[in-house]
Amino acid sequence: MADSKPVIERPLSPHLQIYRPMLTMMMSIVHRITGVALFFGTLLLAWWLIAVASGPSSYAAFQWFAGSFIGRIVLFGYTWALFHHMLGGIRHFIWDTGRGFGVNEREWLARATLIGSVALTLVTWIIAYAVRGGV
Amino acid sequence: MGQSNSSMRTPLGRVRGLGSAKSGTEHFWLQRLTAVANLPLSLFVIGLIISTAGSNFAAVKATLGSPLVAIPLLLFVISAAWHMRIGMQVIIEDYVPAEGPKVALLLANTFFTFAVGIGCVFAILKISFGV
Repeated sequence: MADSKPVIERPLSPHLQIYRPMLTMMMSIVHRITGVALFFGTLLLAWWLIAVASGPSSYAAFQWFAGSFIGRIVLFGYTWALFHHMLGGIRHFIWDTGRGFGVNEREWLARATLIGSVALTLVTWIIAYAVRGGV
Repeated sequence: MGQSNSSMRTPLGRVRGLGSAKSGTEHFWLQRLTAVANLPLSLFVIGLIISTAGSNFAAVKATLGSPLVAIPLLLFVISAAWHMRIGMQVIIEDYVPAEGPKVALLLANTFFTFAVGIGCVFAILKISFGV
């Protein structure tokens, strides 16, 4: 059934490559990409928790990674992905109420998501460094 | 009655009115439910990670083992794993049209999210209860 060819070749709707990139469209794509990044990034959370459950040497290995240059880049990216996906989710909640679909509103929401995610990421890291004294 | 002239009807026309799969609304609802839960819980986890970053093993273990930390952390892990599973499911269904690879990836998605979720849950419980 699923393999049977349709009798009439029906037209397909145009896909991404035919449209000029727009901010709202990019935000939608980035929301999905950050979702995928967080999906795999959860392995870091699992590593952290399992390392603490396993003992001091496992935790030391995790700490070494988290404190390394690569580790911090990954954690910084993870922080941004989390905030971007979070704000994107709030944007979807606003849309769920039927609001925010106007031209100006959706453009404003897209900007707020992007600027907000970068700002929250920086604030989080500034707090982290301030609290930990640069550790 | 509907058998004759079926070639003139589109696939959509043939199934219209025969009922939905009865799962779309539930998927949407669970997606939003876990999203609402993730909002405060992920902020809590960010705060937790900041407050324990750089701490020694004993201090981290004591923090993660206290009920007021372990319980919201467990809630986050369950809600996040659930959200991950249904989110990735949509992505797979969108981009993998071939039936075989799609089913294989949907299986892998469930296995991955359960493994990560159960792994975290087990670790949190072990930290809390010792052994």
